[in-house]
Amino acid sequence: MKTLYLLIPLAPLFGAILAGLFGKFIGRAGSHVVTVLGVAISFVLSVIVWKDVQAGHTFNGSVYTWLETGGLTLEVGFLIDRLTVMMMLVVTFVSLMVHIYTIGYMADDPGYQRFFSYISLFTFSMLMLVMSNNFVQLFFGWEAVGLVSYLLIGFWYTRPTAIYANLKAFLVNRVGDFGFLLGIGLIAAYAGSLDYATVFAKRNELAAITETVTGWPLITAICICLFIGAMGKSAQVPLHVWLPDSMEGPTPISALIHAATMVTAGIFMVTRMSPLFELSDTALSFVLVIGSITALFMGFLGIIQNDIKRVVAYSTLSQLGYMTVALGVSAYSVAVFHLMTHAFFKALLFLGAGSVIMGCHHNQDIRYMGGLKKYMPITWITSLLGSLALIGFPFLSGFYSKDSIIEAVHASHIAGSGFAYFAVVAGVFITAFYSFRMYFLVFHGNERYDQAPPDPHHAAHDDAHHADAHDTSHAKGHDDHHEDHGGKPHESPWVVTLPLVLLAIPSVLIGFFTITPMLFGDWFGGAVVIDAVKHPAMAHMAKDFHGASAMAIHGMMTLPFFLAISGVALSWFFYIKRPDIPAAILKAAKPIHTLLENKYYFDKFNEVVFAAGARVIGHGLWKVGDQVLIDGVMVNGTARAVGWVASVVRLFQSGRVFQYAFGMIFGVFALLTLWFNRA
Amino acid sequence: MISLPHYLILGAILFSIGVVGIFLNRKNLIVLMMAIELMLLAVNLNFVAFSHYLNDLSGQLFVFFILVVAAAEAGIGLAILVVLFRNLSSIHVEDLDQLKG
Repeated sequence: MKTLYLLIPLAPLFGAILAGLFGKFIGRAGSHVVTVLGVAISFVLSVIVWKDVQAGHTFNGSVYTWLETGGLTLEVGFLIDRLTVMMMLVVTFVSLMVHIYTIGYMADDPGYQRFFSYISLFTFSMLMLVMSNNFVQLFFGWEAVGLVSYLLIGFWYTRPTAIYANLKAFLVNRVGDFGFLLGIGLIAAYAGSLDYATVFAKRNELAAITETVTGWPLITAICICLFIGAMGKSAQVPLHVWLPDSMEGPTPISALIHAATMVTAGIFMVTRMSPLFELSDTALSFVLVIGSITALFMGFLGIIQNDIKRVVAYSTLSQLGYMTVALGVSAYSVAVFHLMTHAFFKALLFLGAGSVIMGCHHNQDIRYMGGLKKYMPITWITSLLGSLALIGFPFLSGFYSKDSIIEAVHASHIAGSGFAYFAVVAGVFITAFYSFRMYFLVFHGNERYDQAPPDPHHAAHDDAHHADAHDTSHAKGHDDHHEDHGGKPHESPWVVTLPLVLLAIPSVLIGFFTITPMLFGDWFGGAVVIDAVKHPAMAHMAKDFHGASAMAIHGMMTLPFFLAISGVALSWFFYIKRPDIPAAILKAAKPIHTLLENKYYFDKFNEVVFAAGARVIGHGLWKVGDQVLIDGVMVNGTARAVGWVASVVRLFQSGRVFQYAFGMIFGVFALLTLWFNRA
Repeated sequence: MISLPHYLILGAILFSIGVVGIFLNRKNLIVLMMAIELMLLAVNLNFVAFSHYLNDLSGQLFVFFILVVAAAEAGIGLAILVVLFRNLSSIHVEDLDQLKG
């Protein structure tokens, strides 16, 4: 089995190397064949491993010792349990779909081989992350997905906005990684090991330690540091700012990285660390509050976006907030359950959006779409299913996961759960509203594809804060369809629609079939630890659960369902029936719109406080620290002091023998005097 | 009766004259060398006096060594002096300040 475990991450790596380094020799077709094959192998092997784990064969061991230093051993190792295997399935499946989809989406791009190489490398990194059995490998995967994400956001590197976005993503992730690294460091310092199993075995000892400097309980410090890492990677407020901007990358990576897999790394990590998080109510409350703020306030932003990808991006942020809320109330399995369903329907929505963008000749502005359902039937129906799953329509996968989160929050009594409950319930309405706003604007209503302004890409980003940078090079490399943007929309080729269909199936069904074992069965076994006495939310839910169908039928009579339906109805009324109303509201609520348009001024704040502050500090250090202190006082100052002393001492060297002789005699007298008067 | 202190006082006086001669003399390099010789002889006098009063011949033996070294040193010193005079046309001590930094 060990060979199999090794092969799962290495197959995509091999594909990435082949396509990346030898892309010129194997050509475009060769590149997509090797990478798709690599990921397909991974997926098939993951299924085999899943069957094996189902039969009860978990694995925890190292395959390679990287280095030993002091008492610390850094190894490459695998922990294959049910949590891991579920993540492996999700990652490889979504990745496989995205690989296939990319064949169609990137068909005309000059960087075809490079793109395949990157997404395969990403799959490798993510698999290393989820399969790891120690913190070092986790951190390796963590950084590697960050790196690939940087490369992919800046894939069209001739566009200044893309470069700006990938730099932003990289820097914001550094902030999170700093916290993550501190957390790992604390664990290494106090537990003396970086191996999951060893650390978890010492959890009660860790819980008893109080941090000496601050006086905080150590476990709270560790958990909050680790969660700051998760905030960076899983785009939680206030480290979320990179995710909407990352839509500068090609659409397939938005689906793969910024919706389905990489951003879920934080959720996965916290779930993996559940034995530690369970010990600190403070950390859990922190997680809960951050998650609920993200879930609610990022949803609002989705309402006013006009770029089809940004709407989906903000919905991703909001859904990641839901998962984080679930983590906060100790419903780890619910979080992972939502992670899984979300991976499917969000990848579906993103790929659907990509298909729409292709169909509309790379116009991304939903104000200039409309009525696409008769031109793009497959995209339409799959996007509808994805949207329904997203808003939590009963029997669809999103319903089960989202309703479970709401139930779990309701059942929890941890500090902050009241606000969180309000946030997730209100979030349902918001989600339904913006999802179906996008759906109606794109697929129904009047056909507006011929009304697009002459420069569609410019218009799609008129909310960006650096619009002036767009003009220079956006046309290069992005797409070859710019010339005929006024043409009729068309359905995408089969390589694009096949993944949509394949993703629509789990988006619809997987919740129904897996909720019972995953949430209330013993699916996660020992992978997730919950202190049932202190955090009874899960146990409470299990008592009220009577099967998936019963839950769906009961779900039709609860508040979230009505909120979702009213959200859909409202968006229908606003954007199909009476399109003049949103415009009127816009006029009436100008300040709110401005606030949302500027994304609560997070970017502005970062620019003014952190970026400008860093510049001021840097300038000060340069002027005072470097030029005055180091150059002036220490380097040149030393030289000047030596010169001055020498200029004085030089006077003693007169060259006159009698003066030297006098010096010698005087010296002898002085020494003799000292000698005779010595104590 | 001439006792040991008398010899030592004479030696000290001769030595002091030598020392004072070195740094009061600003004119002639030869005088400077003579002053050095005087200091050496003063030391020799001390050796002989102690040798006599302690009944130890090694003191007088040492005097011969010093005289030999002093003679050699005077020879070398005068040779340098001659070369110096050829080059500088002067043996004034005040003029010889080329060793300064």
